[in-house]
Amino acid sequence: MNIAVCIKQVPAKDAPLQIPEGGAWIRETDIGFETNEPDGYALEEALRLKEKHGGEVVAISMGPERVKQTIKEAMAKGADRGIHVVDDKFFQLDPLGSARSLAAAIQKEKFDLILTGLQSDDHGFGQTGVLLAELLGLPHATIIMQIEVQDGRMRLKRELEAGWFQWMEAPLPAVLSIQSGINKPRYATLKGIMAAKKKEIASIPRASLGVDATPTQKVERIYVPAKTKKTEILTGTAREAAAKLVEKLKHEARVL
Amino acid sequence: MKILLITEQRDATWNKVSFETLVAAQQIAAQTGGKLVGAVMGKGVDTLAGALATKKLDEVLLVEHDLLEKYTADGYTHALKQVIAQAQPDLVLLPHTYQVRDFAPKLAASLGKGMIGDCIGYRYENGKLVFVRQMFQGKTAADVAFQAAAPWFATLQAGAFRADQAQDGAAKAPVNHVSVNLKPEDIRTVPLELFREAKQAVDLTQAPIIVAIGRGIKEQKNLPLVENLAKVLGGEIAASRPICDEGWLPMDRQIGSSGQTVAPKLYIALGISGAIQHVVGMKGSRTVVAVNKDANAPIFEVADYGIVGDIFEVIPALAEELEKAKSA
Repeated sequence: MNIAVCIKQVPAKDAPLQIPEGGAWIRETDIGFETNEPDGYALEEALRLKEKHGGEVVAISMGPERVKQTIKEAMAKGADRGIHVVDDKFFQLDPLGSARSLAAAIQKEKFDLILTGLQSDDHGFGQTGVLLAELLGLPHATIIMQIEVQDGRMRLKRELEAGWFQWMEAPLPAVLSIQSGINKPRYATLKGIMAAKKKEIASIPRASLGVDATPTQKVERIYVPAKTKKTEILTGTAREAAAKLVEKLKHEARVL
Repeated sequence: MKILLITEQRDATWNKVSFETLVAAQQIAAQTGGKLVGAVMGKGVDTLAGALATKKLDEVLLVEHDLLEKYTADGYTHALKQVIAQAQPDLVLLPHTYQVRDFAPKLAASLGKGMIGDCIGYRYENGKLVFVRQMFQGKTAADVAFQAAAPWFATLQAGAFRADQAQDGAAKAPVNHVSVNLKPEDIRTVPLELFREAKQAVDLTQAPIIVAIGRGIKEQKNLPLVENLAKVLGGEIAASRPICDEGWLPMDRQIGSSGQTVAPKLYIALGISGAIQHVVGMKGSRTVVAVNKDANAPIFEVADYGIVGDIFEVIPALAEELEKAKSA
């Protein structure tokens, strides 16, 4: 079973976000980047499927040179090789433009299954998997909590809202978006890190894919949202702030 | 601007976010001087179409087919493509539910169009419609505009609009059947049974006080700190998704889009950054307290009282002060 996993690199969770005046993206200098956490669950699921059914796992990422690090980390955990769709201005692409580019790269090969995470922690569009399925002409399912493969078909557990789930069946090949929490992603071992050095990353300039990436939508500007609620920040030492809070909850909010 | 609102139901029960999206659709229709058409899809849902028709809109489209009885991405996409071809809307609005996430991007892409998803609002300025959505887990907002020709697709986050503000119509809107052509072979996936994992052991929706914990707790062994605070307060302990994913608390203690939606009189968020998925589950709370070491954490956006600090210092201090206040 040959599996492609789409993995995004995003600004680190604790990175201080600076927005240039009137900017539509953050200032990228001086911040760290990391693998998009939801995609880690998709990678882990791919590795487990491979361990069970054989085949190979290919990590695909799009973006500037720095995303090679994310691919390397995936290979250190067990992905067999990587595909890097190179685009320095990747952040300007809209969901459809991104998906068209990824689809063109994926189409150069033959995969039985394509996995994505639920959504990215930066843009948070949450559309890539569904769009890939449409563009590749494949069936799909999203927010998946369990995958069982048998005789070329899958039995899938989909998460619905408010604690509900649903079983469904889908043929292969297909595209699945994996729900965070489906598994416990592994850490890379030293052996894995050493092995990854010998694994191959194919670089494909996005421009060479000949994809129409005319945006259907454009982020005009990003900004720190205006407060909808007036928050009273209680200052002082932990003890002082706690004492103030108890006072407020008792006499102002009257909830104690 | 002609607007098509696509509602959501399951087994002839509304997904209530449909009516929040109706409010946005009514407002945009009024501001742009356009027509509003609402669609109800499924099988045996004519009663729902009738109910929707009492709201202020110009027409209700009833889209029924045997193959739409159970949701499938393929079935909904095929059917809605035909509905859109007939209704010719400029703007298609949908509630941002798990189901809509599953098919709406596909529907838009099948027409070569884009979708602005999970919007929390919109602005209509100088004849231009701009949608507002969150980025970076709610740390920033973004103004997003469509670039290409209509139809445009947008989905609206649960809680972004208030369903009780939906306007009723002066007269009942006409309900018109739209027949769609669907064949079993159009649908490649097989939907099977729905189920709940386990009986919900706790009903957090009834708890007057909730003490919720997030990633900031760092390790499972730190949980007793929070449990003690909850005990002192007489409240229930709850968590954001990552804590339940780790298995540190059972799934039925999870607050957010995939867990429970609560509105207690007091909600204390400890070490929770306030990602959208969590906030939608608790923002109806009467009083919200947030404690977080990051002053820019989005949880402070919805908090009445905030303490910027180390939860490992604040939690014990708070428990002690509460004990003191009790005995005073």
